[in-house]
Amino acid sequence: MGKITLKSVRKSFGEVDVIPGIDLSIEDGEFVVFVGPSGCGKSTLLRLIAGLEDASGGSIAIDGVEATDLPPAKRRLAMVFQSYALYPHMSVRKNIAFPLKMAGMSAEDQAKKVDNAARILNLTSYLDRRPGQLSGGQRQRVAIGRAIVREPAAFLFDEPLSNLDAALRVSMRQEISELHQTLKTTMIYVTHDQVEAMTMADKIVVLNAGRIEQVGSPMELYRSPANTFVAGFIGSPKMNLIDGAEAAKHGAQTIGIRPEHIDIHDSGPWQGMVVLSEHLGSDTFLKVNATGLGTLTVRASGEVALRHGDTIRFAPQPGKMMRFGSDGKALA
Amino acid sequence: MARKVSTRRKLAFTAAAWAVALIIFFPVLWTILTSFKTEASAVASPPEFLGADWTLENYVEVWGRSDYPRFFWNSVVISVGSTLLGLLIAIPAAWSMAFVPGKRTKDLLMWMLSTKMMPAAAVLIPMYLLFQWTGLFDTRIGLVLALMLMNLPVIVWMLYTYFKEIPGEILEAARMDGANLRNEIIYVLTPMAIPGIASTMLLNIILAWNEAFWTITLTTVDAAPLSAFIASFSAPQGLFYAKLSAASTMAIAPILILGWFSQKQLVRGLTFGAVK
Amino acid sequence: MATQSSRAAARLMVAPSVIVLFIWMIVPLAMTIWFSFRIYRLLSPDRTGWAGFRNYAWFFNSPDFWLAISNTLLLVGGVLVITIVLGVLIALLIDQPVWGQGPLRILVISPFFVMPPVAASIWENLFLHPQNGLFAAAAIGVGAQPILFMESYPMASVILIVSWEWLPFATLILLTALQSLSSEQLEAAEMDGASAVNRFRYIVLPHLIRAITVVVLIQTIFLLGIFGEIFTTTQGGPGSASTTLPYMIYKQAVIAKDIGRAAAGGIIAVILANIVAYFLMRSMGKHLDA
Repeated sequence: MGKITLKSVRKSFGEVDVIPGIDLSIEDGEFVVFVGPSGCGKSTLLRLIAGLEDASGGSIAIDGVEATDLPPAKRRLAMVFQSYALYPHMSVRKNIAFPLKMAGMSAEDQAKKVDNAARILNLTSYLDRRPGQLSGGQRQRVAIGRAIVREPAAFLFDEPLSNLDAALRVSMRQEISELHQTLKTTMIYVTHDQVEAMTMADKIVVLNAGRIEQVGSPMELYRSPANTFVAGFIGSPKMNLIDGAEAAKHGAQTIGIRPEHIDIHDSGPWQGMVVLSEHLGSDTFLKVNATGLGTLTVRASGEVALRHGDTIRFAPQPGKMMRFGSDGKALA
Repeated sequence: MARKVSTRRKLAFTAAAWAVALIIFFPVLWTILTSFKTEASAVASPPEFLGADWTLENYVEVWGRSDYPRFFWNSVVISVGSTLLGLLIAIPAAWSMAFVPGKRTKDLLMWMLSTKMMPAAAVLIPMYLLFQWTGLFDTRIGLVLALMLMNLPVIVWMLYTYFKEIPGEILEAARMDGANLRNEIIYVLTPMAIPGIASTMLLNIILAWNEAFWTITLTTVDAAPLSAFIASFSAPQGLFYAKLSAASTMAIAPILILGWFSQKQLVRGLTFGAVK
Repeated sequence: MATQSSRAAARLMVAPSVIVLFIWMIVPLAMTIWFSFRIYRLLSPDRTGWAGFRNYAWFFNSPDFWLAISNTLLLVGGVLVITIVLGVLIALLIDQPVWGQGPLRILVISPFFVMPPVAASIWENLFLHPQNGLFAAAAIGVGAQPILFMESYPMASVILIVSWEWLPFATLILLTALQSLSSEQLEAAEMDGASAVNRFRYIVLPHLIRAITVVVLIQTIFLLGIFGEIFTTTQGGPGSASTTLPYMIYKQAVIAKDIGRAAAGGIIAVILANIVAYFLMRSMGKHLDA
């Protein structure tokens, strides 16, 4: 079981309120991703849940048990750190067994559990190596192994993939998702990368300046962002946000249209000059200096032959445009 | 530094560097050479190098005339003892400063270091009296305590700089893995800091071994280490250079050899982490 | 990374170090302050009582006192300048591509391992002695008069000995710092047209500032208390020519056996050390990793 409930959890460092007050409920077995720009308080929130920082106020309950004042060791949570935080002086076997040793488990039971975890994570042939002799991906797996042997109520991941190269990041992402399918244990995952959030999460929590901007499934956030911050943060490339006269025409302070929701055709209402075209093969992203709108990003097909200096006309797809009020909140 | 250097240039620099190094080392070398000469040969003018009368008799005589093993053993006990005791007190303190730093941590470190600036001579009399009153005068335990306190700021600071290089996340991982503070220090911090602890230990053994104020003023016979041994030899000057050299060599040899083997770690530790 | 419980544990674990150091500092200091206001002479034990500020007045009125202060500062300053200047030069030399850098380091660091009384006595006897010393032999060899080092140049002799002891420390710390300077930086400067002198002035020297700071800080701490070298060689003489403040205090306590005066001198020395410490820590503290 791993249901985690936060009630008006606060954290301040001296005078600075890093987290002014958060209410959040995480259901058992959910994969929750905290996402936001750096400094938004997502890592602090995770560390509050872990017990590595004291909350300045509010309460944290794990499976209905008050945990706000419990030390990290007593919360039945396991954490995978950004730097993996493996013990460099211990073999892989001893690293994975460490939490079991601390729990006072017998040597045979330790060995059984370690072997089991190593099998799941394909680490069996590396058990007697030191972390220093492993590749980044293998270290990551050892860190995960150390977490799973404890059979925790929930796993906490603090930007675990940010030290890996792009290709490895994709495959580790899939491995962690598969692990979640197998174990069905609650996972809380912190990242600044909205792609990781979109691909892995059951539920995304978007944080900004210590506040929750929106909570929802990836597609909810994509389809109906609650405000301009979420609109700009979720989705890649970013949603185009347009202020001024064009927005006023639609009765809004700001209108938003995603690059993939713009079609190029000669009768389109908008017009602009292509400044840059990035060919990714499957798609082409055009930076367009549009008259009266500013610079927009437009997705075109991979084979499109537009180049710098070409003038195009284009139109938003019907029903895909979003409208935001002067407070940044979405208008119905 | 993949640049190619001409052999002639390298040769010139090598010659210059070795000349300078030999000049710096020469007093030590000369002392060792003199210790193997006869007294007459030691003061011969012009000085004798290869053609000197070589002998071992100085060592035999110094060994026979004074109780070298006792001085040596006192030096070992005092320097190793004070270092180990210092580490025992300093490791927890350095842990606190490195991993739970507060606003006052830096001031505290600076204050500790500043206690070393108090001139020993200024507090000689009170210290002498305190040692008499407490029965610690001329005891090894008394000197162990005094030298431990003298070097404690250095030990704390060195450990602090080594500990600070250990990522806090690893200790947090241990905490998440269910380790309490004691287990965190024993199973994770200490093994990871072994190289740092070792070089701290070496440097402090050397500092304690070479300390020559308290070891001379707070001892008479029983606890007197090699610094007192050499002080007793340098008193009647001039007459026996060879024996003085032999005694000097005997006093410095153990630490010189220890230092040679560990010079790399020592230099790193000595910078208090300010120079990488 | 701190919770309240870990902060509490931290305080508890720092406490033993702080408490023992505080006692080690405060008890002798308090006793010294007490003695400094007392009449306390071992040679006339029946005369006791309060001395007021007379012990302090004696120090300030003694011509030796100001000489001792200036000697102390001369010793500290002289050794610092010599070791840092020579240290930089030697470090630059050893940092060049040379054969046998390992053995070179071992030779250079050796004086650091020699205990001060031994260093002082081998320099005094084997080198500086006016009849049997090596320098005298060299002087006679070229037909010159041997120099009476301890009599004619006592402070310079002491500074020479102490500089020899501390040169290895300065050299090796500066060498370590030099070796951490990225060669790319120097190559970039070379591409930018900087001459060797300018590369040293604008790249190397600023890089060494931290290391020089450390050398100054650590050496000052040890140099302010220099005692053994003077005790072994000049005994503060001739007259008071090489008496430093610590040695003057020692003379009052052990030779004149006037504990009250020695204590007053001790307090003056402590105040002086604190002034130096304050400026040193303030100007250099920011360079240290804390």
